[in-house]
Amino acid sequence: MGAYSTISFDAPKCDGCNDCMLACAQAKSGTDEIARSRIEVLKSNGSFELAMCRQCGDPRCVQNCPAAALEKNDATGVIDWDETKCVDCLLCTVGCTYAGIAYDRAAGHVTKCDLCDGDPACVKACKPGALRYVTTARIYNEVGQLEDLFAPGLSGCQGCNTELLMRHTLRRVGPDTVLATPPGCVPGMGSVGYNGQTGTKVPVFHPLLTNTASMLAGVRRFYKRKGRDVTAMALAGDGGTADVGFQSLSGAAERGEEILYITVDNEGYMNTGMQRSGCTPYGAWTSTTPVGERGQGKTQDAKNMPLVMMMHNCAYVATASTGFMEDLYEKLDRAIAASKRGFAYLHVYSPCTTGWRFPSQQNIEVARKAVETNFVVLWEFDPKNGVRLTRPVDHPLPLAEYVTMMGKFRHLSGEQLEHIQASVDKHAAFISRLAGERDAQMIRHLAANRTAA
Amino acid sequence: MQTRYLIAGSSHAALSALHAIRMADADGGVTLVTRDARLPYSPTVLPYVVSGRSDPGRVFLRDEEYFRAHKVDYLPGVALAALRPQDQTAVLADGRTVCYEKLLLATGATPVIPTVEGLSGVPYHVLRTLDDAVGLHQAMSGVREALVLGGGLIGMHAAENLARTGAKVTVIEAEAHVLSAYFDADASGIIEAAFSANGVDLHLASRAVSASRDERGRIRLTLGNGHSPAGDLLLVATGVAPAIGYVNGCGIQCDQGILVDERMRTSADDVWAAGDVAQARDFFGNARVLNGILPDAVEQGRIAGMQMAGDQAAKDYAGGVPLNTYSFFGKQALSVGTDGRGFADAEVHKSFDPQTGRYLKIVMREDRLLGIFSIDRWIDAGVMWELILRRTDLGPVKAQFLADPQRAARVLMSKTWR
Ligand SMILES: Cc1cc2nc3c(=O)[nH]c(=O)nc-3n(C[C@H](O)[C@H](O)[C@H](O)COP(=O)(O)OP(=O)(O)OC[C@H]3O[C@@H](n4cnc5c(N)ncnc54)[C@H](O)[C@@H]3O)c2cc1C
Repeated sequence: MGAYSTISFDAPKCDGCNDCMLACAQAKSGTDEIARSRIEVLKSNGSFELAMCRQCGDPRCVQNCPAAALEKNDATGVIDWDETKCVDCLLCTVGCTYAGIAYDRAAGHVTKCDLCDGDPACVKACKPGALRYVTTARIYNEVGQLEDLFAPGLSGCQGCNTELLMRHTLRRVGPDTVLATPPGCVPGMGSVGYNGQTGTKVPVFHPLLTNTASMLAGVRRFYKRKGRDVTAMALAGDGGTADVGFQSLSGAAERGEEILYITVDNEGYMNTGMQRSGCTPYGAWTSTTPVGERGQGKTQDAKNMPLVMMMHNCAYVATASTGFMEDLYEKLDRAIAASKRGFAYLHVYSPCTTGWRFPSQQNIEVARKAVETNFVVLWEFDPKNGVRLTRPVDHPLPLAEYVTMMGKFRHLSGEQLEHIQASVDKHAAFISRLAGERDAQMIRHLAANRTAA
Repeated sequence: MQTRYLIAGSSHAALSALHAIRMADADGGVTLVTRDARLPYSPTVLPYVVSGRSDPGRVFLRDEEYFRAHKVDYLPGVALAALRPQDQTAVLADGRTVCYEKLLLATGATPVIPTVEGLSGVPYHVLRTLDDAVGLHQAMSGVREALVLGGGLIGMHAAENLARTGAKVTVIEAEAHVLSAYFDADASGIIEAAFSANGVDLHLASRAVSASRDERGRIRLTLGNGHSPAGDLLLVATGVAPAIGYVNGCGIQCDQGILVDERMRTSADDVWAAGDVAQARDFFGNARVLNGILPDAVEQGRIAGMQMAGDQAAKDYAGGVPLNTYSFFGKQALSVGTDGRGFADAEVHKSFDPQTGRYLKIVMREDRLLGIFSIDRWIDAGVMWELILRRTDLGPVKAQFLADPQRAARVLMSKTWR
């Protein structure tokens, strides 16, 4: 059993048009009667809910079936219904708390969603994009086949998503890698190992905070000269990247060294006791931007490291979030490819359960909310195509929904919140402007004019 | 023989426990002994084997490959005969003994045969095993008149099946109404009317006093009400009782069934019981009850299996909620929860149209759902069951719920998904 594709529902995008229900009724029941749809959008207090089969992992409907007519299909993840075995006893409906399998009077038997063999009609019919067919599972299944190149049992804080990032990126990058993990949470979690043994199955080293990029540049050049294609990769924290390690990083990027540099940005020096870094946002509590009678958290905005790197005209620059793995993986693939011809920089926003002070099971949710409020904007850049928004958020949630999730912003005054909201809006507008078609158009236009002249 | 887990029975409670055990313990040895000689199947499917709708070769819930893949020793045709819980030992019907670390009793129930004078002298059928069902299916062909003793679910299913073959069917029920465990007089009345309209003769509030063969070789029952219907076939479906013969004197506490706590533990160490055999906490009161329905066997089996395997996620059993989904002559009768008996302050909202036969009854208390019952009106039984178990506050949506319970309930439960 692996992970499966699934239909996701983004309620704020739904406008209640019922086109999904119509499409389902047409596709599955050959009628325009939306009551016979297997997906139901329910209006509730101005918002929408969705009743449909969730294709549960451990489905109760299957266990409740006395006739062996229902079965979880290992290959597709769909709960298959066998009409030739069903006896219409309706006990499956007793097992479902989401009304995902229900009696269709006109059909004379129960019906349920079968994901239209991987091409759901409802999703295609959803104009506002509230329904999506999420195929992220494919990536997990593929990556799951690759060798895990970290030792088992890394010692991260509970709920930290950096382990996910470490294991999955290294799996993808593969065994022909030399890894640099400068001081920070990544070596703290065990990448450099204990008692003379490393925590990885690839060569790993622990540079100084200041020289990560220059050491990697040398490693890559050395192997290249020897005729070996080795990925020179860094997994560094935001402090080691944006502050202490910046001069060597900037130099390597400017020279176009062939390096894959991944920043795990948890907005501070978290493993040494949560000190502020250049990436700590305005208003945030850290141990060096305390909250008390005078201090109310950091008084400066974060420096925008990925934009700074973009201006180095690197082969590839992107922001990513563990809340959006599909997006992250696409960028990782492009970054790996770009690191064979120049400097590739991936900036991953990584919420810190301990330092930001939120419950350990909330990590992915915090990462998600950061994007949904535009606090974090997901984009990518390469010199040929310029900037592209990879997950534009047209209807951002209010910033309050993000900052109230964690302790480090608990003290925020209305003014401070306004300040952050204003810079979030400004930043989102700025990136959107960069991502506008105009630059590319203008460059083409100028080029065309030059030839003509 | 020695095993880590010994499971007696091979139906819903047993299979659900096995599934839960394997979720938490992939390798611990499991031995599953069952009285039945077949692969696992459900008693609930039997009415459809009787009617001919289900092919008896295609009703099995697991195959040999499943047991192989899950490393389970499946021993069909070997009943549990006796227990020595103080030695952690079970004795099988073939004389073998099995030493277990953990034991689950999931032996279900067997039909109860009422004391009717002369009954043992006439041929009759019961319905609990696949052999019973195949036998009844074969016996049904050519039957012109049939007698069904008991107007519960099993009896009514069989009566419908027999009526559909064209037989003249007589049902004898001791209570004033059929299916009285799940429906009130109005609702049962709708069901009774459908049977009468299809030519089934119902003798309600009457008991069989004696049974005999008449001069034409038919089976004749004499009823307390003076009638004496006859038929070529008799089905006895007056109820079931937990199959606990093997407990006899071994020290495990029993009342009507094997008494279990909220973790499905019996009074003996390392022995659990689940499903129709177990007498467990009632959701609505303090008594321990026999619930005797399939979804509860699945639930209890799961809890027992998780406890046996030491699964950290194991939760206590919430208590038995009566529920049933019953189809008759193409209509659905659904019953979830209690009708409020025993609650002085229960409010009952009922709409009933004898003309159309559509019926809906909602029972609430302190804005919580206690029960919901419908005929020919779809409600999602699983969603309603969950609202009852969660004691969801329906106060804020009460008007919507009373007007359109299905829709309001779907909204509430859909909100719990992300
Ligand atoms: C005809 C019929 C229709 C039904 N319809 C419905 C319905 O519509 N809805 C509903 O909810 N419920 C229905 N039920 C009830 C439902 O089938 C039971 O609640 C459910 O099967 C209980 O499961 P169980 O695993 O506890 O026991 P059972 O299904 O009774 O299984 C007991 C198992 O134990 C085995 N066994 C018995 N004695 C021994 C022994 N000494 N040693 C070893 N093994 C032993 C048996 O072979 C069997 O495998 C119906 C029952 C019948 C008979």
